[in-house]
Amino acid sequence: MNAEIQVENSHTIAVLVDNEPGVLARVIGLFSGRGYNIESLTVAETDNVNNMSRITIVTTGTPMIIEQIKAQLGRLVPVHNVTDLTTEGASVERELALVKVVGEGEKRVESLRIADIFRARVVDSTNSSFVFEIVGDTGKLDAFIRLMEPLGLTDVSRTGVAAISRGVTALDAAY
Amino acid sequence: MAREQMTGSEIVLKALTEQGVTEIFGYPGGAVLPIYDAIFQQNRIRHILVRQEGGAVHAAEGYARSTGKVGVVLVTSGPGATNAVTGLTDALMDSIPVICLTGQVPTHLIGNDAFQEADTTGITRPCTKHNYLVKDTEDLARVVHEAFHVATSGRPGPVVIDLPKDVLMALGSYTAKSKVKVKSYAPQVKGDLGAVKRAVEAIAKAKKPLIYAGGGVINSGPAASQLLTQFVKMTGAPCTLTLMGLGAFPASDKQYMGMVGMHGTYESNMAMHDCDAMVCIGARFDDRVTGLLSKFAPNSTKIHVDIDPSSINKNVPVDIPIIGDIAHVLEDMIKIWRSTQAKVDAKALKSWWTEIDAWRSIECLKYTQDKKTIKPQYAIERLYELSKKSKKDTFITTEVGQHQMWAAQYFHFEKPNRWMTSGGLGTMGYGLPAAMGVQVAHPDALVVDIAGEASYLMNMQELSTIAQYRLPVKSFILNNFYMGMVRQWQELLHGGRYAESYMSSLPDFVKLAETFGMVGLRATKPSEVDDVINEMINTDQAVIVDVHVDQKENVFPMIPSGAAHNEMLLGPDDKTEKPVSEEGMVLV
Repeated sequence: MNAEIQVENSHTIAVLVDNEPGVLARVIGLFSGRGYNIESLTVAETDNVNNMSRITIVTTGTPMIIEQIKAQLGRLVPVHNVTDLTTEGASVERELALVKVVGEGEKRVESLRIADIFRARVVDSTNSSFVFEIVGDTGKLDAFIRLMEPLGLTDVSRTGVAAISRGVTALDAAY
Repeated sequence: MAREQMTGSEIVLKALTEQGVTEIFGYPGGAVLPIYDAIFQQNRIRHILVRQEGGAVHAAEGYARSTGKVGVVLVTSGPGATNAVTGLTDALMDSIPVICLTGQVPTHLIGNDAFQEADTTGITRPCTKHNYLVKDTEDLARVVHEAFHVATSGRPGPVVIDLPKDVLMALGSYTAKSKVKVKSYAPQVKGDLGAVKRAVEAIAKAKKPLIYAGGGVINSGPAASQLLTQFVKMTGAPCTLTLMGLGAFPASDKQYMGMVGMHGTYESNMAMHDCDAMVCIGARFDDRVTGLLSKFAPNSTKIHVDIDPSSINKNVPVDIPIIGDIAHVLEDMIKIWRSTQAKVDAKALKSWWTEIDAWRSIECLKYTQDKKTIKPQYAIERLYELSKKSKKDTFITTEVGQHQMWAAQYFHFEKPNRWMTSGGLGTMGYGLPAAMGVQVAHPDALVVDIAGEASYLMNMQELSTIAQYRLPVKSFILNNFYMGMVRQWQELLHGGRYAESYMSSLPDFVKLAETFGMVGLRATKPSEVDDVINEMINTDQAVIVDVHVDQKENVFPMIPSGAAHNEMLLGPDDKTEKPVSEEGMVLV
């Protein structure tokens, strides 16, 4: 097999599913059972009329593995649509993180300055701590968290990636 | 307006009846007693009482595989459900439509570690095509109908419906099959015509074409087998079948090369390696078929027809994938072949067949039968000849191991649905209960479980079921006192150290038969083989035949693990020259 086939890339996959018990277990079980990676997974109900949830999965693999993942997801009974946002046109990805920094004096001021540069908001504050809320793509969040490390970073909570395609196209639920 | 109210159990049975179910295989227990009570009060569905739930699932598999219908299983909660897990996994691997109804503790006790509680939907999630836990009696009919849709459409498979006892006892209303709409699952049955056209061109243009078909053809229905035969004839190409596909193409046909894969024929594997266009129809490039992937059919254009998109490009990258039902796609292929007046390269084809005939002339399945010890191959060959002579419609099931491979090599099938074996999972103990299920569906047919003595012991409690329903199932045991395939691999890979592969204290199979009121026969010399087989065929009750075969015989030809198709071992003397690679040692 040639080298191109072996290259592993990150893909963001959006999956529209029936919001029923066990559906998340099916998806996660598929990934663990077949040895696929999950780098990030986000799920919530997005359509309460038709009772559907949207799962966004960030995974890595060779083109053959990614194709397998999509085919395996597609044959799960509660799955309505599987879309690879990485390959099917442009898309927007966002993630939210809550970042707790504990410290006093200059470090505390510095964390606030950096937060300002990154347009992170302070959502909680004490005399010796901040909780920042930051929204952006994964790279921006990673950079922000890395900068907070020497300034008293104690706790991070991230939502995982939410993603949507640019332009007029939408995920079609009519499977 | 209020609709007619009935209990959950009655709803389940009504839905099964509407789905055309006439037999179910099961075992009662606390959580499913309401269904058993409802079964007792009706006579449209016949219940076959097995002796262990694992047997019920294999029986349902045999029933399904030999009829094309759905096999239905009914077991209780907890241990009933967990005992069914092996059979469910088996059905998933071999794409057999099975519906398994499992009892469950009442909804208010779920999660409380109640008596005989198990997380059935959790346990069976990876080993079913889909599963349901029904929490409301009003949902019951819909779920049963949906389950049949899921089990039978697309690539078939097992579906579990977990039924809490209170849901079975509560009142609810029935929903007819026609009123149920499945909202999400609709597999593609018609193949992309552009791809079909490209496939036809590639086959016509090929100098060394080959058709490799599998169990998907059988799952698609008898019409698919006829279309396959028609297509193979049109193309003039050689045809090989996988273990699961035996019977999809008539074995007596000149264009048939025998089975492919690890214990397939030399000609099939050599042709697979050398072909320049391969059409894989309803098979999945399983590791038993491909051998070493990096050397698999290196110079071929690969066309893959499969109903399951996840089978495409899973193990082997293909050039022309066609997703669709086999019968539909073959119909289109034949149509397009005709309308485009596709012509094969007759000259190239002729020299291709000359090559194949040279491989055939090796006679890779040849063996020598002396006067003293029965060769297992001989026993099966005689079974085939004599059952053919009897003109009875013959169904063969097998256990797993050497005897299974010999059965695949030496018993020949002209029609689909006559061969039931555990291919994907390799479940020892499959054959006897499967034969039971086949016999229930075909009471007048000759149903033979070709068995090894070790596998046979794994589910022989079902002899009691066979006796109870007076099923004339024949057990044809090739008894070599070893787990033969384990011993063969120990010989090949582990210096002949036969760790735990020998069994002493086996039962006297003749007396075992007599215990259950059956007929027991034994053959220890080649001269006795024909007589016991004829007696077995002509006895119209259950028979156990104990055939003492050569203890040292191994299955050949063989692609050792980690080797390619053109590196087959043809016999016991071949192995010293080509030691198994380190890479191959870790493979199973």
